[in-house]
Amino acid sequence: MIESTAPAFKENARKALADTVLQSALSIARPRFVDKRRKAKDRLPEFDALRDQARDIKNHTLAHIDLYLEAYEAKVKEQGGEVHWAATPDEARDIVVGLCRRLQAKTVTKGKSMISEEIDLNRALEQAGITPIETDLGEYIIQLRGERPSHIIAPAVHLTKSEIVADFRRVHTHLPPGRDLSEISTIVGEARGILREKYVEADVGITGANYLIAETGTSIIVTNEGNGDLTQILPKAHIVVTSIEKLVPTLEDAATILRLLARSATGQEFSAYTTLSTGPRRSGDPDGPGEYHVVLLDNGRSRMLGGEFQDMLRCIRCGACMNHCPVYMAVGGHAYGWVYPGPMGAVLTPSLIGVENSALLPNASTFCGRCEEVCPMRIPLPKMMRHWREREFARHLSPPAQRSGLALWAYVARRPRLYAFASWLGHRILRTMAGRKGRIAALPLAGAWTRHRDFPGPQKMTFREQWKRRPR
Amino acid sequence: MKEKASLTERPPRVGLFVTCLVDLLRPSVGFAAVKLLEDAGCVVDAPLSQTCCGQPGYNSGDRHTAAEIALQVIDLFDPYDFIVAPSGSCAGMLRKHYPALFAEGTPERMRAEKFSGRCYELISFLADVRGVETIPVPCRRSVTYHDSCSGLRELGVRAQPRRLLASMPGLALKELHESDVCCGFGGTFCVKYPAISNAMVEHKVANIEKSGAELLLAGDLGCLLNMAGKLTRSGSNIEVRHVAEVLAGDTSEPPIAGANRP
Repeated sequence: MIESTAPAFKENARKALADTVLQSALSIARPRFVDKRRKAKDRLPEFDALRDQARDIKNHTLAHIDLYLEAYEAKVKEQGGEVHWAATPDEARDIVVGLCRRLQAKTVTKGKSMISEEIDLNRALEQAGITPIETDLGEYIIQLRGERPSHIIAPAVHLTKSEIVADFRRVHTHLPPGRDLSEISTIVGEARGILREKYVEADVGITGANYLIAETGTSIIVTNEGNGDLTQILPKAHIVVTSIEKLVPTLEDAATILRLLARSATGQEFSAYTTLSTGPRRSGDPDGPGEYHVVLLDNGRSRMLGGEFQDMLRCIRCGACMNHCPVYMAVGGHAYGWVYPGPMGAVLTPSLIGVENSALLPNASTFCGRCEEVCPMRIPLPKMMRHWREREFARHLSPPAQRSGLALWAYVARRPRLYAFASWLGHRILRTMAGRKGRIAALPLAGAWTRHRDFPGPQKMTFREQWKRRPR
Repeated sequence: MKEKASLTERPPRVGLFVTCLVDLLRPSVGFAAVKLLEDAGCVVDAPLSQTCCGQPGYNSGDRHTAAEIALQVIDLFDPYDFIVAPSGSCAGMLRKHYPALFAEGTPERMRAEKFSGRCYELISFLADVRGVETIPVPCRRSVTYHDSCSGLRELGVRAQPRRLLASMPGLALKELHESDVCCGFGGTFCVKYPAISNAMVEHKVANIEKSGAELLLAGDLGCLLNMAGKLTRSGSNIEVRHVAEVLAGDTSEPPIAGANRP
């Protein structure tokens, strides 16, 4: 599993807020994601009804996931493929590296896969002497930079065009240094030209999966670049690296959820490519991989079944929650410190790496509710962030100052007469401090507030005092 | 669901949930709420042994304290026909979250469910329950309106304040870009994550400045204090008030921020 800097979230966030490139990239991304999704939703009157259907499909699947997983495995076998069960990231890595070694792979092409990030697959491949090549443009860019994705569908959203051009000039040294890279189309063209050769050279193609279909043993990916098709069709073997909650019962179910996915993610009706893979190349097929493997990762997901966080397993990784999250859009994805950023990460990360290692994430929300409002799978993200805070509180993990402040508030708020006195006293102190200006520029114990803004002073008397004197 | 006011019915008794911030900092919002409710034919009382709705504990993971405070609020306000708060956040706590504090099937849960159905945010109560459609008080100001998150998304407060404001003779309503995006207050969030909260309120204040309005309104004092504090710190002259003060036609108190502050 990749290492986490989630405990340093606040420090990460401070750096992110001072990073001018990141802030400029986010200010471009922010309105685009929101406008496009809203327009796509408005064009589909049954959007909200589809959300209900999609939620029900996943709830049904999760309620019977043992049966569907068995059915899925049987179907994959029937088509000539193989399913490998991985309880942990270590197991998943060992399986993939083992398969690549057996196939004597020197290079592997990779379609976009967050599970491969979760298990830190690229590093394991490199350590085994195998060269992984990311073929999704965003993933390709961050691989050149030695970075991690900062967004689950737009991995390089933290960058602007000029960084990308500089990276291409730095790495693609075989191309003329004076070439024109001012247009996005030429940048894409350059990456495409380089990746074409890699597809043909690769011994193994690794992709993720958006859905696994129990009825047919099919895995489905969606892309906009067609890179997934070339990654999985040309090499000797196709390895699907995925996790158990991607399962749905039927192709029909996947079709229903697909109608929500691109609209929620990029505001497209559908992604440019929706690719279905069912087993290896059959006799008579014009192309396809000689072997088809599915590595099914659990990594704590089965522990979420039947508990407070089961709803999170409905997530289809569209990214709408982070696209609409004011906290994500302020600090970007790297600040979250692990694989999954934004609201979905704030719920999923503690489930997978422990709340003791990531409690700052579910706390980093104003509970504004915009994530839940746009979630195509109707996942109650704020409610589950609150559940993590409850676990944190119950296990005495929250900071001592916060705990004692809360205890003091709890003591006073349960004693109305003491509360009225505290309110009166607080009022008098604030009123004195605010003085004639009527505002406080530096408030002891509330420096976190007054560092950035004034504290407006109170009116002459508390409501209680005035209400008592009110003429009847 | 609309229960329009009728001449024959007994005037409803409303318990005003003042909210801790209004009590401490801006009682004029409470009195504006009282006036609006009385104008809408209600008999209003503000029981003074009220404290807090329990949100600080609830959102910090202390469910047990939140549940104890919920029972205290339910006991105190049970005699009233309706419980109304000049805050989407506190009203959301009473209406949407109190039942969730108690296990299903328990007597407390049943009590909380019966209680929460009678709890409302002020402006939506006036419009949706009391059928208030227009406010005939003139107000010659250009105003913009920020949708506080809890009111907007938990209680569906969106059209009601805009409709009532637009009915005031002379008032020009200028829409705020991204009016539905959080201002960065978030209760304890603003002190737990000050740098992020600051980035959010900076973004909000930039949009407020761009609206061209002279007066910013919202329905939650927490958000208003956050935005007002940022506006005065950045030297802006934009006035800030709770929407109830303007609707009640009582702007005798200086605004939370802005021009006529001494």
